[in-house]
Formats: sequence, C-alpha cells, structure tokens
Amino acid sequence: MANSNNERRVISVVVMNESSVLARVTALFAGRGYNIESLTVAPIPNSDKSHITIETKGNARVMEQITKQLHKLIPVYKVIEHEEMVEKEMVLVKFPIGTNMSDIAALAAAYNGGIVNVGPEMVVAQVADEPKRVKHFIEAAERYNPCEIVRGGVVAIER
Amino acid sequence: MQMSGAQMVCEAIIAEGVKTVFGYPGGAIMHVYDEIYKQNGFEHILTRHEQAAVHAADGYARATGEVGVAMVTSGPGFTNAVTGLATAYMDSIPLVVISGQVPLSLIGTDGFQEIDAVGISRPCTKHNFLVRSLEELPRILKEAFYLARSGRPGPILVDIPKDITVDVGEFKYPDSVHIPSYKPTYKGNNRQIEKAVDAIKKAKKPLLYIGGGAVLSNAYKLVRELAEKTQIPAVETLMARGVMGAKNPLLLGMLGMHGNYASNMAMSETDLVISLGARFDDRVTGKLSEFAKYADVIHIDIDPANIAKLVDVDYPIVGDVAQVVQKMLPMLEDVNTDRYQAWREILKRYDELHPQSYVDSDEVIKPQWAIERLGELVGEEAIITSDVGQHQMWAAQHYPFDRPRQWINSGGLGTMGFGFPAAIGAKRAYPEKTVINITGDGSILMNVQELVTAAEYKIPVINVILNNHFLGMVRQWQTFFYEKRYSETDLTFQPNWKALAQACGGIGYDVTTKEEFDAALKDAMAQNKVCFMNVAIDRFENVLPMVPAGGALFNMMLPPKIENDGEEK
Ligand SMILES: Cc1ncc(C[n+]2csc(CCOP(=O)(O)OP(=O)(O)O)c2C)c(N)n1
Ligand SMILES: [Mg+2]
Repeated sequence: MANSNNERRVISVVVMNESSVLARVTALFAGRGYNIESLTVAPIPNSDKSHITIETKGNARVMEQITKQLHKLIPVYKVIEHEEMVEKEMVLVKFPIGTNMSDIAALAAAYNGGIVNVGPEMVVAQVADEPKRVKHFIEAAERYNPCEIVRGGVVAIER
Repeated sequence: MQMSGAQMVCEAIIAEGVKTVFGYPGGAIMHVYDEIYKQNGFEHILTRHEQAAVHAADGYARATGEVGVAMVTSGPGFTNAVTGLATAYMDSIPLVVISGQVPLSLIGTDGFQEIDAVGISRPCTKHNFLVRSLEELPRILKEAFYLARSGRPGPILVDIPKDITVDVGEFKYPDSVHIPSYKPTYKGNNRQIEKAVDAIKKAKKPLLYIGGGAVLSNAYKLVRELAEKTQIPAVETLMARGVMGAKNPLLLGMLGMHGNYASNMAMSETDLVISLGARFDDRVTGKLSEFAKYADVIHIDIDPANIAKLVDVDYPIVGDVAQVVQKMLPMLEDVNTDRYQAWREILKRYDELHPQSYVDSDEVIKPQWAIERLGELVGEEAIITSDVGQHQMWAAQHYPFDRPRQWINSGGLGTMGFGFPAAIGAKRAYPEKTVINITGDGSILMNVQELVTAAEYKIPVINVILNNHFLGMVRQWQTFFYEKRYSETDLTFQPNWKALAQACGGIGYDVTTKEEFDAALKDAMAQNKVCFMNVAIDRFENVLPMVPAGGALFNMMLPPKIENDGEEK
C-alpha cells in the first residue's frame, strides 16, 4: 500500500464558511509538504459552509495523512477522498483576432465549448470538461498561438 | 450583564476555575490588565519574559492536568510567546493564551506592534481565533477552553483587538459549546478492541509501549492494572516516565535513542506492540524499517492522524487511552499470564546483561550519581522538571519516577529554557511539594531572568545545574560524529552562579563533592528560596546507551561495564 506510486487524487473538503479557513487548509498542505495541483473554493448555497476541491498527488499513506490532518482542523466538517466522481474543469483561452475563427469555434465545440467573447483585438473560447479533455483542448489550442490561457481548478461531485 | 470585553476575559477565566494566570502587559492588552487589577478571582504572576509566561502556564498545566492560561500583548509580546505555544503544541498540553492585538481598524496597516498572530501561530496551536466582534467574544473564550482540554489537548490562541476589550456589551458565559465540525472520539470501537484483546491472548512476546497520551488521559492506574493482570512487560517513552512507577517489576525502562538495553531489545524482538498513547516519534523508533520488525501493532490513540502515520498498524483503535483500557480489562479476565513467562525471562536476562549503569567516581561528581542521589533524598514526593540536553536524558534514565505528572519536560520540541519557568508553574500549583528543575549550564541561561519572578513571588524552585561547562548534548554528538571538533559548544566562560542567584534575590551553592551536594540540597529545602545548585560534573560524561540517529534500535552504543575486579571494561 505505502509503495504505490504518486497517484493523482481529488479531495473535497466541506468547511465552516469563516475567515481564514482557506488559509488553514493551504497552510496545512504547505507546512506538511503535500502537493496542491489545483484548488477551488466557493460557498455551498443556502448554508454556512464552503466546499473546497483540491487536486493533489501522493501515495496511499500520504493520502491517508492528508485526509486525517484535514479532518483535525477544527472548522472542517467532512473530507471526501473521491473514488467514483464526476469532475469538471474550466478553461478560458484568448486568441489574437487574426486567428481563424471558425477553426477555433470548431475546436472548442469538439470539447463541448465555444467562443464566449469577441473583442476588437481578441476572441475568447471557453471549455468546461473533464480535466483530461481540458488538457487535450489546451494542447490543440496551443497550435493557434493563444495569447493567454486561464485554467480553473477541478470541481468534483461523488456519483 | 453589561461589561467591557476586558472584563469578559477576566470573567471567563474565573468561570473556568483558573487560579493562576502568567503574563506580561503592554499597550494592546492594557484594558485587560486594568480589569485584572480590579478583580480578585485569580492571581496574576508577572514573569520577566513572555516565553517564560507560557512555559509557566504549561508547567502548571502538566502538573495539574488543568488548562494553563497566559496573557501577552501584541507584536513582540506575542512573538516572544511563540516558542511557548510550539512547546505546548508538540506535547499536546492544554493552554489558553490570550494576546492583545491592534484595534480592528488598524489591522492590516502595519500598525505599531501589529503582527499577524493567527498567521504565525497557525502551525503551532491546536486552533486559534482572531476575535472580530464583542458579540462573539464570550463564545470564543468558552470554545478556547473546551478545545484546549478536549480530544487531543493542545494550546489555543485567542487574539483580541484592543477596541474589543474596551467596548461594552452583554455578557453571558455559555454553558456549553456547539462546534458541529469537532467531535473527538473517546470510546474506541468495540469490535476493534475485541480483536486487539484476541491478539494479546495469542501473542507470545507482547510489549506495552506507553506514551505521553497515557499521562494526558490520566490512565496510569488502568495501565498498571493492564500490566498487572496480563503480566506483559512495559516500556515507557520520555513523555510517559512515571506511568508504571519505577519500582514496578514489569517496567523495563525508557526506550529510544537513550533507552536502556532491555527496552530497546524488547521493542526489537516483540511480536505484538500495544501502543498506549504513543506516537512512534523518530527519537523512539530509530530506523523505521527495523522498528518492531517482527510485531503486529495495536495502536490506541485519540488522534486518528497519529495512527498509521509512520508504521503499519494491524489493530487501530481511535479513542482515549483510559476508556479503551477500561474496556479491555474485563475481556482479559481469562488471560494466561504463563504464556509470556519465557519472554519475561529473556528480557530479564537482557537487563542483567546490560543494566542501566555508569561508572561512579570519588574525584568528581557523575551526573548520574547526582540524579540518583536526588531520587534517594526527595524521591516520590518531588516534582521534577528539566531543560534540554544530557541532563534531561540522565534525569529520565536515572530518576525513580513514581507517578505521572511528576516528570515535566519538553519532549517534542526540545526547548532549552523550558525547565525553570515550568517549575515555577508547577510549584505555584503545588506549593507544598518540592519542585526541582534539573538543568544545564547552557539551558538555564535561556530563561535566567525568571530568578527575579521566583524571588518576588516567593516561589522556591530548586535549580540543580549539572554543570559540564559544555552544551553537553551537542558536544557528545561532536565527540561521536564530528571527530571531536567542538565547534561553539565550550562554555568555559561562565557567570558566577552564586552571585547571579543572589543578585536576583535567590541563593546559590557551588557543589563539587558528594558531601556538598547533600548539604546544599538540605539547606536549599530548608531556606525556602529560589536557588541555584551549581554542581560541577565530569565534563566529558556521555549519555549512554545511545542509538545513533537513524540507526536501528538494537544497535546501541553501550556504557562501559564494571567487572567484579573493579576494573572498567
Ligand atoms: C532553544 C534551543 N536551542 C538549541 C537547542 C539544541 N540543543 C540541544 S541540547 C543542547 C545543549 C544543552 O546544553 P546544557 O543546557 O548545558 O545541557 P547539557 O547537554 O550540557 O546537559 C543544545 C544547544 C535546543 N534544544 N533548544
Ligand atoms: Mg552543559
């Protein structure tokens, strides 16, 4: 168990929605030398709680420690180490206006996205999909010399 | 009732039954000090440094098992307290530390004496609070005390902006707390406990591995009963000294880097480790892959994060040591104690082969002799605190600790300067007991200003300085691992200890012979004044056995032996 390799994992943490709770969570990762690949946080509607989604890496022992250490934080209600989940990530890509618009529209459409904004000097495409597919989309988009790529963190929900 | 935030702080301290608060005032906390002046529900002791205030509250907490309270101002007052918080955090000691903060409107502006106290203390407190409104102050104070003492105990910081201590509002101290995200497990899962008991009955070479958690959960009577009933031998960590009692025939001693031969061999050969509130610290385990290599592990701990953190555990039990052992005892009614007879005999032979020993001398006082002599002279009655270094290890090895909370030291953080203020706290809690700080010529200087506190408040702590004119523990490593290059560890330049103690209102003794040692201790106990006993010891004495850091427990450097002909071998 302990020697299984550094697997990618997604953890959801349900916390009390109070100031500094995010600092507690991220400080724990920094202080104990755990990885954060991506992180998203938002209040849970109609409650005094927030949902934090963390994408991390580690072997089974490290994952167990992360989960337990998170649990120890006083404002943490629940830690879910996702097994069967639906996960999505969003990305926005900005292209210079000279780029072939129909190529970009077709590419984004292939990843369930589209063009969401056109300005005088740029177009912005958006894709929200599984993280692996988002990665592929970015690789494809890079061929068109994008001027900026902004990725959101992963959000996940247990199936 | 209407009152100021400052008054609320005092009322909460009184409501929690705290009799003594240690602290140091300053701008941001002055309103609270003004209320302290007016009340008579608790006493306040002005230490001469904030670090010492927190250590004193810590010593008070370790001696009594109650929550210790310290109070400091913002900025430098708080930063001085950080070592105290970290020390308490590493050893899971219940503290509430109250710090002043700049007014809410100034937070974030780099105001005078502003520092991000909750940011700095996050990794060295169990939890911390920045109070943001007067309305939440009573609740936060209540939660702070509750969090400090419940579950796995620990220090809690409450940082209070100055304007909140001035504001007036309604005060009602809550009767209970409601923290839905915090639910420590005390009971232990029955099914798991049954399985563990089963494993004990099937083992051939079981071993009780007792840690500081057994002290924190006040489980010593139950742990002794468990050993008695099963006749399973026991080893203690540095933090657990006193749980079994020195006279207990089932106690092998302390294990780990400076553990005795039988204890470390027992851990290396056992087939079932029964861990009672211990956490497999690297100073205990040595090389992990060789640690208890042939054993299954039962791990009882109130903190799930301790379980399986470092070693694989076969029988994890999350719960309070006392409650879990209580459940185990009746299930062990039919245990066959003969089963472990052969094992006990092996361990007895190990102990005879290499007992905890040293070579005494008539020319110079050996530190081990001094500790054993203290044990003979004040023994069961005294509370012993210590600083950090060789003297600490000798104390742990050689003092006949008879009960938990008799031995108070900084194990997890290893904080030099802890012993003296901790002794002040312990002595304040138990004025009728003799309190001795076993310290070194390096450590004592790290909070030496507390001589003044102890003299002013007439807290007659006895500091026994085992003086080797070295930062001895570091010197020992230099001897063994750095080819005797004594880089910055020589303390030949020393203060006049006697004069130093006297200058601050205490007394001093210079001790170079065994006779002087006895005489000085006798006088010190009669004088009832804070004192320094400056005991000149053999400069190059080493702490042995020693497992080099990262080595396997069974590879010990052993002390020289005296053979029957009286020759040192
Ligand atoms: C605050 C702090 N600084 C440094 C150390 C590292 N350290 C550990 S033991 C030791 C030497 C202690 O010397 P002394 O108090 O004279 O005790 P001895 O080992 O000589 O008995 C040092 C410097 C420490 N534990 N704590
Ligand atoms: Mg020394």
